[in-house]
Amino acid sequence: MTELVFFTNQVIISGLVLGCIYALGAIGITLIFGILRFAHFAHSELMTGGAFIAFLLASAFAAWGIVTPIPTGFVVLPIAMVLAAILALGIDKGFYAPLRKRGAKPVTLLIASIGVTLMIQGLIRLFFGAGSYSFFEHEPKEVFRFDMAGIGSTRPLVITEPQVLMILVTVVSVLALHFFLTRSRLGKAMRAMADNADLAQVSGINTALVVRVTWIIAGALGCMAGTMLALDVTLKPDLAFNIILPIFAAAIVGGLGQAYGAIAGGLLIGFAETLAVFNWTMLLRPLNAILPDWMQLPATLALVPTEYKLTVAFLILVVTLLVRPTGIFKGASS
Amino acid sequence: MPLIELKHVVGGYGGAPILNGVNIAIEKTDIGVIVGPNGAGKSTTLKAIFGLLKVTGGTIDFGGENIANSLPDKLVPKGLSFVPQEKNVFTSMSVEENLEMGAFTRSDDFSQTMEWVYEMFPVLREKRRQPAGELSGGQRQMVAMGRALMSKPTLLMLDEPSAGLSPRYVIEIFETIQRVNKEGVGILMVEQNARQALAFASKGFVLASGQNRFTGTGAELIADPDVAKSFLGG
Repeated sequence: MTELVFFTNQVIISGLVLGCIYALGAIGITLIFGILRFAHFAHSELMTGGAFIAFLLASAFAAWGIVTPIPTGFVVLPIAMVLAAILALGIDKGFYAPLRKRGAKPVTLLIASIGVTLMIQGLIRLFFGAGSYSFFEHEPKEVFRFDMAGIGSTRPLVITEPQVLMILVTVVSVLALHFFLTRSRLGKAMRAMADNADLAQVSGINTALVVRVTWIIAGALGCMAGTMLALDVTLKPDLAFNIILPIFAAAIVGGLGQAYGAIAGGLLIGFAETLAVFNWTMLLRPLNAILPDWMQLPATLALVPTEYKLTVAFLILVVTLLVRPTGIFKGASS
Repeated sequence: MPLIELKHVVGGYGGAPILNGVNIAIEKTDIGVIVGPNGAGKSTTLKAIFGLLKVTGGTIDFGGENIANSLPDKLVPKGLSFVPQEKNVFTSMSVEENLEMGAFTRSDDFSQTMEWVYEMFPVLREKRRQPAGELSGGQRQMVAMGRALMSKPTLLMLDEPSAGLSPRYVIEIFETIQRVNKEGVGILMVEQNARQALAFASKGFVLASGQNRFTGTGAELIADPDVAKSFLGG
């Protein structure tokens, strides 16, 4: 039983948290691709930038002596999301909208977004340096330990307070997004534009409004994902830049343009990465008792070393593209 | 005063103009049919009215104002609707959602209009929860027309509504167009099945090289030996 609890701690909880972060990031990428038809590389910087906005707000709260019952990072999250949405709108207006107006090709927008990535990363380094920060400098990170002796485990089930909140917040946001896309007029217009932009225009749908709403959602969810990642590990200027490739893989695996696909892809890659680096000996150790001496399990038995975690996302991506090129949820192929 | 009147419309996609002075006038009670050879500027005329390409000369009067170069999100609330020839449904969305998108510019309750569309196309009511992409070609054309009717237009423009349909559906779609017209919606359409469409058209326009070649009632054009010889295949 100890082994199973260890597995839950190391794989189920970690995989779920990582999957949530990937999913929230991938939703933004997939929505932008669906509406504007380009791969928005700077999405990582919306995430990192959003996390720094949340960090500034949290620090301000701490400086004013405001004590919150849950981690301050979560309390300031709604404000940070609004600010990040405004940042996303500003980036679009400043960089991508002028290019779209001149009829730029998707690849031009892609290159522009790489430029935006470098620029925002540079700005963050300019103001915050290259070091890392913690949301928990002024408050403790609460860790819940559930004694599992009842089921015969010597190890407790461990989950941190931010992790619990993260999973809750993700579930709530995904549900909210689902109802927005399937029930509201604007949400349906977004799906319509992703489906057939010309027909959406012909129907009289205000496409400029749909574009703005897309950036608002992408910016807000990106900020949420970035802040969560910073709460789970530490905040640094290359926070989300390091995981932009698995996030893209999640969006593509799920089917570009498909919001539900991004969620499925995010969770799939999150779990796959955690399973791949998990030390299986920890789970299979009891077998040593029945295995003959020459077949004893090695001390570490992981599919890939931790440093190669990123390759897992690519492996899944390559397999998906070979088996089902449009992704799990049949997204756009171009 | 006609519902819509195009006077010497010149326009194109930026290069050499495709329309070189098109004149069209349609009353509310009319079914206007534009025919002509490939590349004559038939579809282009509809797109020019709907603001999908640049009009560089002439005027398009609709509802007492010149609407040349207005964009669809301004034109739809004014009572203009357009059914493109291809890709005219949201394939991933249900039939009902397709209809709702047609009513996007309306802020009032559109449930009665939807009821009206379902009465016109009963098969759509049956399939209202199904993605439009799963329907047959003829049913898709109904969804496309239904979507365009949801904004309660006074003028419905259709770009080759019978293209790619089986003969049975061609007759059905043409009958539906006449029914819509009887309900008080002016029709302006482009057709390849020229003879069949002119048979019920109250106004016919033969275009060639972006200009009017012949104008008259549908019956007059069919009877005209020149039109028949050059444009209706003898």
